[in-house]
Amino acid sequence: MTVEPFIGLSALLFAIGAIGVLVRRNAIVVFMCVELMLNACNLSFVTFARAHGNLDGQVAAFFVMVVAAAEVVVGLAIIVSIFRTRRSASVDDASLLKL
Amino acid sequence: MTSMSSIVLAASEHADVVPVAADGVFSWMWLLVAIPAVSAAILLIGDGAGDHGPLDRFGHLLGTAAAIASFVVGVVGFVALLGQDVAERAVTQDLWTWMQVGGFDVTMSVYYDQLSALFVLLITGVGSLIHVYSIGYMAHDPRKRRFFGFLNLFIAAMLVLVLAGDYLVLFLGWEGVGLASYLLIGFWQEKRSAAVAAKKAFIVNRVGDLGLALGIMLMFAQFGTTNIHEVGLNVTNASQSVATALGLLLLLGACGKSAQVPLQSWLLDAMEGPTPVSALIHAATMVTAGVYLVVRSAAIYDLSEVARTAVVIVGCVTLLFGAWIGCAKDDIKKALAGSTMSQIGYMMLAAGLGPAGYAFAIFHLITHGFFKANMFLGAGSVMHGMNDDVDMRHYGALRKLMPLTFITFAMGYLAIIGFPGFSGFFSKDRIIESAFATNFWAGLAALLGAGVTAFYMTRVMILTFFGERRWREDVHPHESPKIMTVPLIVLAALSVVGGALTFSDWIEDWLTPVTGSEHHELGVPAWVITLIIVAVVAVGASLAYVLFARRDVPDTAPQQVSVFTRAGRADLYGDAVNEAVFMRPGQYLTRSLVYVDGTGIDGAVTGTAELVGDGARGLRRLQTGFVRTYAAEIFGGALVLVLALLAVNLA
Amino acid sequence: MSFPWLTVLMVVPLVGAVLVAALPRSRPELAKWTALGVSLVSLGISLAVLAQFDLDSGGFQLSEQHEWIEPLGVHYALGVDGIGLTLILMTTILVPIVIVAGWNDADGARWSVKTFFALMLALEGLVIGVFAATDVFLFYVLFEAALVPAYFLIGGYGGARRSYAALKFLMFSLAGGLLMLASVIGMWVISSSQGDPSFLLADMKDLSVGTVEGRWLFLGFFIAFAVKAPMVPLHTWLPDAASAATPGTSVLLVSVLDKLGTFGMIRFCLGLFPEASEWASPVVITLAVISILYGALLAIGQDHMMRLIAFTSVSHFGFIVLGIFALTSQSASGSTFYMFNHGLSTAALFLIAGFLIQRRGSARISDFGGVQKIAPIMAGLFLIAGLASLSLPGLSTFVGEFLVLAGTFTRSTTAAVFATLGIVLAALYILLMYQRTMTGPLREDNRGVTDMVPREIVAIAPAVVLLIGLGLFPQPILDLVNPAVSETLEHVQVGDPEPKTPSFPIAEGSSK
Repeated sequence: MTVEPFIGLSALLFAIGAIGVLVRRNAIVVFMCVELMLNACNLSFVTFARAHGNLDGQVAAFFVMVVAAAEVVVGLAIIVSIFRTRRSASVDDASLLKL
Repeated sequence: MTSMSSIVLAASEHADVVPVAADGVFSWMWLLVAIPAVSAAILLIGDGAGDHGPLDRFGHLLGTAAAIASFVVGVVGFVALLGQDVAERAVTQDLWTWMQVGGFDVTMSVYYDQLSALFVLLITGVGSLIHVYSIGYMAHDPRKRRFFGFLNLFIAAMLVLVLAGDYLVLFLGWEGVGLASYLLIGFWQEKRSAAVAAKKAFIVNRVGDLGLALGIMLMFAQFGTTNIHEVGLNVTNASQSVATALGLLLLLGACGKSAQVPLQSWLLDAMEGPTPVSALIHAATMVTAGVYLVVRSAAIYDLSEVARTAVVIVGCVTLLFGAWIGCAKDDIKKALAGSTMSQIGYMMLAAGLGPAGYAFAIFHLITHGFFKANMFLGAGSVMHGMNDDVDMRHYGALRKLMPLTFITFAMGYLAIIGFPGFSGFFSKDRIIESAFATNFWAGLAALLGAGVTAFYMTRVMILTFFGERRWREDVHPHESPKIMTVPLIVLAALSVVGGALTFSDWIEDWLTPVTGSEHHELGVPAWVITLIIVAVVAVGASLAYVLFARRDVPDTAPQQVSVFTRAGRADLYGDAVNEAVFMRPGQYLTRSLVYVDGTGIDGAVTGTAELVGDGARGLRRLQTGFVRTYAAEIFGGALVLVLALLAVNLA
Repeated sequence: MSFPWLTVLMVVPLVGAVLVAALPRSRPELAKWTALGVSLVSLGISLAVLAQFDLDSGGFQLSEQHEWIEPLGVHYALGVDGIGLTLILMTTILVPIVIVAGWNDADGARWSVKTFFALMLALEGLVIGVFAATDVFLFYVLFEAALVPAYFLIGGYGGARRSYAALKFLMFSLAGGLLMLASVIGMWVISSSQGDPSFLLADMKDLSVGTVEGRWLFLGFFIAFAVKAPMVPLHTWLPDAASAATPGTSVLLVSVLDKLGTFGMIRFCLGLFPEASEWASPVVITLAVISILYGALLAIGQDHMMRLIAFTSVSHFGFIVLGIFALTSQSASGSTFYMFNHGLSTAALFLIAGFLIQRRGSARISDFGGVQKIAPIMAGLFLIAGLASLSLPGLSTFVGEFLVLAGTFTRSTTAAVFATLGIVLAALYILLMYQRTMTGPLREDNRGVTDMVPREIVAIAPAVVLLIGLGLFPQPILDLVNPAVSETLEHVQVGDPEPKTPSFPIAEGSSK
């Protein structure tokens, strides 16, 4: 099989996610863009697993999914609690972690 | 001092002394020190026991009894010493090892010989009389008990000083008397002037102690011992320069304790203390410790002509210096203090003459102890009747109202000016004679001093006891109680007969084993010198009579006076010099050092810390708190990494 | 295996510290009494150790040794010689004094009372460990560990600038400690290159260290000790710490903790690097003399009582270091004796000044005047403590100081002469302070100052009794110290200079 189209798609998705993280202010959207980047990586993992004929990539993808799920739980909780206290989901408003 | 150089002094005379171990009476000599020391401890520690305990009521009696008990021991020891063979009159007893490290071995020992014996009698005898006198003088002082405690402490320390067999033990007594002097000058500490005077006395003395301490260290470095006797033996092997250095260092110590120029400035201020203290410490005993030190170190001075010359110069300068100040003071105690300086100058001068003069130095020291204590106590008795006024311009015509004080004071007066037949006549005469025999200029200074002494003492006498009444209104002079006059009478008697010590050269012979002896022939018969001295004294006394008895005495000191009087009133600018040379630069130095320490040394440390802090504050700005900035930095970093890897791979 | 006296001596205060810390917070009195009891038990054990100590046999005694970290050659090894034992005694004597004197010092503090006393006991235990350690690594660990309670004692219970002072103290000590760590590692490298590595002091003494390496390693140790001691110019943490801490803490800091520095110089600088010590001695002697004069001059210029006392200690530590590096038996024994007595005299000064400050509410000397009138006992004890500080003969500090000076004189006359100037300056700073606080007319705003209460007298009395007693009878302690000092100097291979003048043949039968 040819891997180029898969890799190309993966790169494209990753780029979209990265740009989204950099340019969007809404925390939810930033969060979804992070997910997009993770899934772009997953696509690469799976593609190479298929190309090499072993399961290493698949396993790695599973790990990524598990981490992503945990991250969603914690991340969404933070975003919701910030939104509750500040009535805003903009990441630029939450800049307290500095001196 | 060229005429001295021809005489090479032999140390052998006192090197012969072989101390014998104490037995019998002599093994109890430590009691001399122990009795007053224990009494002092009881009186001082009892301080915490409340203000009206039995110690407060009877403490002064305990203190006086301790001094008298010590005197009794001293008399017993002296009598026993008289019964010894001449060769066995240096008795020593080791009590315990004070400190021993490697070759440094200092034993607490009692060294009782002819010289110590005389001092013991003087200290405990005059000391006991002054204790008795103080019972009356300090009767109404609320802290009387402590006063007697300090006096006992002084007696104990002074006895340690004269009984020491080791220079370091001597130093213990030396500083002990300094402490007692400090405590007693500042006894009325609520007076600021008294507290300042006490501190000054201690610090000026410490400058002298520097010399003594360095001298002791030099002894150890040179001879490996600080035992007085052994140092005396070993110094004969030392080089001339070592002997000179030792002599000069000890002289510095002596100058401090004996208020000799240039360390004289504390003595006049020390008159802030109660008058019995001035009599005991600052006239009769402690201030003569410097003379004792020089005489005790005879073996060292015999070897160094330079050191002896220095002693003579110090003595001459001080005897004139003190006499000058004595002429200008209106405060009766300060006039007497100037006189004390001057008389100790005589002793120093005599001690500087070497074996020819040591015995006379001690002789004058003893007679001076009698008559000066007598006069100080007399002055105290006058002050007692005059509401503690010390200004002689407020006295006058007291002889009728205070007959006993007047008569006893007059005995002292006649003794100090050297009226023929009185004790001072013999002792001063001997010093002036031997000074002339050794060096003409020293003799001349001593002779001149005798005239000035007669002048200022006559002035004191006239202003106080003769002339018009110049009392303040609320003053009712009266004779002091018996408890004060009895010691005066005893001391007056001693002032009269003290000269008997020299009959048939007793004191010279007695001290010869310690000090050696030497006789210098005068160019003229001795009676010629005596006549000249008496004539000079008569001139001085008549001058004072003309100036002060024939004229009215102004109530306040006239301001239009000669430059000499003004200098005398300002203590010959001793304090001014100290202030300009030491105090001001010292204050400047400490202040600038405090500044340097804060900004320089500590500044370097805190500066480094601040530099690190500033750097960290700069780096901190990178943390903006914006998530997207961080994300951009992460991507940027990743990009750089990838590009770098690519570059490496492609290269 | 005999009874582990030293371990017990070290562990009792540490266990006591844990015990006190575990007491309920609501019962501060119980904590105080427990702490006092523990410190007295420690004093008792240290006296028992003294009784076990054999004066004649020399060397390290009551030794214990166990493997700790075998691959590195680290041992848990304890033992005392006369020097260590003297300083242990000083520590165990001072801690009860400080506890009694500082009975109420922690009452108003932010942290709890029990922690205050627990920290004191912890410090005591660790310091005893340092004085007894005969393994270089163990020494280093305990040396640094002792900083921890000291840091919290300053930072938790001090006055206005306590945080600043505590941090400054910690930073100075850590910086010095770091250099020492480097030297300790260096020693290990040398040790492991010459066979099995061992941190035991006895083994390390026998290593052959090259001249250049030895000098570098010496410097690492010396600077750490010079910070602790404190020597000019590494002294600036001390006045800040002493003025910010409670009086009791200042005593533990200056009288006990700082002695680790001078103790380290004798045991480790001279013990491990004899050649380098001799090489460095001219510079060290110069620095010590500068410390003496500089500390004294700065003390004269101070208006803050605690800072003044701190600077007097800088001056006194100058004497101690001078004595150690003059390398004569008199000066080194004198230094050790001086360490002991400086502990007592400075403790008395700090504590009495603390009583004064507490009553008046100000530490400025210029705020006092005429206190002697209403507080004669305090004035009397303050004067005795002050006289001890200016080394009046008859008080024990004089013995130490004079031995240092006399020993130094035989080695370097110049240094001794300049150092002796310190005795004049000492009189100045002490008597100026006494005059300004105690004498003169009583100031109206000083009327509230009351005399010492029995508890305070009980705290100060032992120090005063020892100062006077050892002033006249110093020999028992000198006998303890002398063998250890002469062993150390033999190791450095220097002898006392001979008297320069040949001695006169003394006739038979003449007594000394």
